[in-house]
Amino acid sequence: MLLNRLFVISFLAIHTVAFLSGCSGSKDDEQQPTTKKQVIHLHGAGATFPAPLYKRWITEYQKIHQDIQITYDAIGSGAGTKLFIAGNVDFGASDSAMNDEQIAKVSRGVQLIPATAGSIVLAYNIPDLGGKLHLSRKLYVDIFLGKIRFWDDPRIKKENPDLHLPSLSIVTVVRSDSSGTTWAFSNHLSTISKKWREQGPGTGKELDFPGNAMFGNGNSGVSTKIKHSWGSIGYVEYGFAKRAGLDMAILENKAGNFIEPNDSSPTETLANTHAQMPANLRLFLPDPDGDTSYPVVTYSWLLLYKQYDDMTKLEKLQGFIRWGLLEGQKFAPEFGYAPLPSEVAKSALNALEAI
Amino acid sequence: MSASLSNQQQQNDGPIAVPPSSKDIFLDRTFRTFTTCFAWLTLLLIGYIVWEIGGTALPAIKEMGVGFLTGTTWDPNKGEFGILPQIWGTFYSSLLTLLLGGSFGIAIAVFLTQDFLPNKIQIVLKSTIELLAAIPSVVYGLWGIFVLIPLIRPVANWLHATLGWIPFFSTSLSGPGMFPAALVLSIMILPTVAAISQDALSAIPDKIKEAAYGMGTTRWEAILKVLLPTASRGIFGGLVLGFGRALGETMALAMLVGNSNQLSLSLFSPADTLAALLALNFPEASDYETQILMYAAVVLLFITLAVNIIGELIISYSERSGGKK
Repeated sequence: MLLNRLFVISFLAIHTVAFLSGCSGSKDDEQQPTTKKQVIHLHGAGATFPAPLYKRWITEYQKIHQDIQITYDAIGSGAGTKLFIAGNVDFGASDSAMNDEQIAKVSRGVQLIPATAGSIVLAYNIPDLGGKLHLSRKLYVDIFLGKIRFWDDPRIKKENPDLHLPSLSIVTVVRSDSSGTTWAFSNHLSTISKKWREQGPGTGKELDFPGNAMFGNGNSGVSTKIKHSWGSIGYVEYGFAKRAGLDMAILENKAGNFIEPNDSSPTETLANTHAQMPANLRLFLPDPDGDTSYPVVTYSWLLLYKQYDDMTKLEKLQGFIRWGLLEGQKFAPEFGYAPLPSEVAKSALNALEAI
Repeated sequence: MSASLSNQQQQNDGPIAVPPSSKDIFLDRTFRTFTTCFAWLTLLLIGYIVWEIGGTALPAIKEMGVGFLTGTTWDPNKGEFGILPQIWGTFYSSLLTLLLGGSFGIAIAVFLTQDFLPNKIQIVLKSTIELLAAIPSVVYGLWGIFVLIPLIRPVANWLHATLGWIPFFSTSLSGPGMFPAALVLSIMILPTVAAISQDALSAIPDKIKEAAYGMGTTRWEAILKVLLPTASRGIFGGLVLGFGRALGETMALAMLVGNSNQLSLSLFSPADTLAALLALNFPEASDYETQILMYAAVVLLFITLAVNIIGELIISYSERSGGKK
């Protein structure tokens, strides 16, 4: 409790200081050229999954709008949602959206805005493998259940006859913090495997992973651990794995095809499934249909309140997100995310204007 | 008070000394009050920390009871928490550390106190070893990840491949794990063990050594059969303090031990310790989880306090009995 309080206090202190210095700094700058503009400060926190994209949006947007200062703390979907419910941020971000129970806790109302989408890949580090690892649906469930302990297990060999599989222990790398990536990945596993759903850990943002699992903090923590550990395999957002230079497994999708994750794989999946988007814009894709769909894809949402006390703040926030949904989408492929299908972007924009 | 007395005596001898001015007295008293206050504050602080952590942990202690100490799952979803793997990992890593760091530390202490080297080199070596204590643990952690692990991985994996039937080698070393963690920890406790063992060895009166040599022992016999047993209490105290340090070390372990919630005898499998668990889970813990982590903190606090008190007791006891001789 005390720690929490301390955390909140220091948190507020840091941001007040940042805010004040932001204000005073710009005042100093602008007092000389006669006009005095007020800088609006917007603060958001949440998912690490889309963080690189959001940070790029902020940089780009602030280049053209100097009267606005946006900060985004990538602290994980769970913590971000918590801050959002408590009203400590102007906007939140989560890869698992928010469930009805959480939405009911927010008296100002919640509007979910899908802002981007990306794939979750199984990144691995097996030295001198001599090719790409193929994993069937049963195989990767068993690996994360801890049922297969060594890489040279006959079940893996059977599906990858050409690879030099070493006799290393399999070490799964998973998230320690409350995470939307964990939620989306475990939701996928629960959907494709009865064993995972009923005897395994099930679906959640924070799970007790069986077997030899190592815990890491955030998408970056997990990719770092994979990078340093031989025989490791873990789930991370595609862009993180790509930037860390990790190998990614080729996974079997619902149609039984093996799909390699690449820059355009989430786009492909979204194109196959966007017609299913419901009115509240909360669409999960636990096991997407379509022959070409990469199997583990998730939208990532921005969490907004339906009411803001400060109208200028709301306008600025809307302006930023509108820009993100239109202009910002073109930065998505750079980081391995999918630009939203135009229909989804349109309904997201409509929802944004309705606030 | 005694200072003012001696000042008065000096006044009789010559004109240089003057009685303490009211300013001197004031300074004296303030200084004394402050030092007393600070000394007691330390005690109060420890009491307060225990009280605050215990207080926060109390609801969790009531709810979970002893089951928390013997449970093996950590599942915030289902609300099931247990720290047996962490307690096991804490003791396992510390014992390994003690085995490695302890034997090296004692060997260094013997080497540096028994005139094997010229005095100057001895001093250089001694201060170099003490410098090890000045390296921040995060640096140890990074060194472990980038230097040590790639260095020992081939050896460890060879051991696993050839002697895999022994439970200690039953998994391959992937990267972070128990063995690299214990290895780095043993370097970290080396200064503690070496310094205290050196003190214990140099506190042995020369006549004991002379007597041993006088009876015709070789140097080897004198060190092993006379000097080490004589200094054993002090050395043991140093080992216990090193053990205490290993139990509580956080940063290097959080980076190297692998944060894996499992009970394994294997030296090469990733594991977890109480301190690493706290470091990893605190930043994003909910109120409820905070209570549970506080319970784990109480357990860790209790273990380290107990070990350190035992260590201090042994050292003070050995110093007293050493003085009698």
